Amino acid sequence: MAQFAFLYRGGDPMPASPAEMQQRMEKWHRWFKDLADKGHIKDRGIPLDRSGAMVTGAPKRNITDGPYAEKDLVIGLTVVEARDLAHASELSMACPIFEQGGCVEVRPILML
Amino acid sequence: MEPLEHLFRREAGRMVATLTRIFGVANLALVEDVVQDALCRALETWKIRGVPDDPAAWLMTTAKNRALDFLRREHTAHAFAPQVSWHVESEQAIRSGIELLDAAATITDDQLRMMFSCCSPRLTEESQIALVLHILCGFSVAEIASAFLSRHDTVKKRITRAKALLASSKRLFELTDADFAERLSSVQRALYLLFSEGFHGSSTESAVRAELCDAAMRLAALLCENATTATPATYALCSLMFLHAARLPSRLDQSGNFTQLLDQDRSRWDQRLLCEGQRLLEASATGDELTAYHVEAAIASLHASARDAASTPWREIVSLYDVLMRVRPSPVVALHRALAIAQCDGPMRGLEEILAISDRDRLASYPFYSAALGELELRNGQLAAARQHYREALALARNPTERRFLERRITECGPDAAKDSPGK
Repeated sequence: MAQFAFLYRGGDPMPASPAEMQQRMEKWHRWFKDLADKGHIKDRGIPLDRSGAMVTGAPKRNITDGPYAEKDLVIGLTVVEARDLAHASELSMACPIFEQGGCVEVRPILML
Repeated sequence: MEPLEHLFRREAGRMVATLTRIFGVANLALVEDVVQDALCRALETWKIRGVPDDPAAWLMTTAKNRALDFLRREHTAHAFAPQVSWHVESEQAIRSGIELLDAAATITDDQLRMMFSCCSPRLTEESQIALVLHILCGFSVAEIASAFLSRHDTVKKRITRAKALLASSKRLFELTDADFAERLSSVQRALYLLFSEGFHGSSTESAVRAELCDAAMRLAALLCENATTATPATYALCSLMFLHAARLPSRLDQSGNFTQLLDQDRSRWDQRLLCEGQRLLEASATGDELTAYHVEAAIASLHASARDAASTPWREIVSLYDVLMRVRPSPVVALHRALAIAQCDGPMRGLEEILAISDRDRLASYPFYSAALGELELRNGQLAAARQHYREALALARNPTERRFLERRITECGPDAAKDSPGK
């Protein structure tokens, strides 16, 4: 088994009502439970706030707000175990983030 | 995730009620923002980390910190919004105020006060219910509009106006016992209507809006926890909600079709809710006031205690409907009474009783009225008449579940003779 990072990007304009939040929460819960039941979760990972800074180096150090459009923001990541990239990508397809217009970047984790 | 059911809705209402006490009702909009923000943060975090052991405490802490953030910003700007400063002299004051968030008793009390504020006598029943659903139960405008078959704009206006009225009332959260006593019947009525809407649902989405029932039951339970509001009528209201809710699981069959009370699979009734309902009915039997809630709960209790449909004590039910007609007469009650009489004395007697309802015209847009006529004509063997009534009911049906039910009844009336003989 190899390890992969799921980078969650964008999606998610704020839900309008607590009921919608509840529904989203339940979808994520089910998705993670499904992955965990099949033994794919290595680490549920970390959520990231949508604010942040981008520090650039040239011509001199400079701090700006992140350069990304909302749709490209990484909002969290999870570490999963899968046979190969194709398998990991397959696993990501049921992620609820797609329903909110987001995407999942699947990246193999380098291991020695 | 069974224990988390309705978590966001429930906590939204609790937090809005408590923070409104602290910030003052004039800042209701600010409070709603802070709460929305805390809930969004929770969602962003929990969807990846999972829900913490005590999500309610997590949310309260987050809301508290958001409120303090807001205050700190106001401090640095040396520009308290005038409507904040009258209430908040210092961050210390607000901090100690917010610490009270964690006291469970205070939270209950806050929600009660908010509920009684929403049921101001200056608001119509529709506005009261919309406001309770919006502020205390976390329903969006769109959800309320869909549950009550109202237009989005109408509900939005109703809520905006009602909130403006709330915000202009300086006395929110300083309601006296006299205010509580005076408004209790409005609050009970609002919860009763909320529950009925959930149970008989006019929504196109689903005939059984269990969520509305849940919201009404949760708030009614709060009334039972407070000495001032836990009156016999409150217990009776709770009892009838529990006894009805116990039947919710059997109202729709496996394929989502509506099942009438007498045809329901009684083994699917929720025994825990039934027991609780019976216990509440006993608790309501004190004092000398007999409310409509008492009588309705008693009727529901008789249905619930009958082993099967055939052993329903219809005579007793008819006499309870007689009482209900004295306590709170309405054409709908009269219709149900007529149906109970039909069970005792046959469909002809039932039809006579329906025709004798004095303000029968008010039932014209009520699909159950035509359906009841159809039902009795069908039992009476008058297939053509039955079919005609069912068709009228079908034209008034409000959702696919009702439509399917009525279509099946029409089929039971047999082939349409008029249609089959073109010579006519």
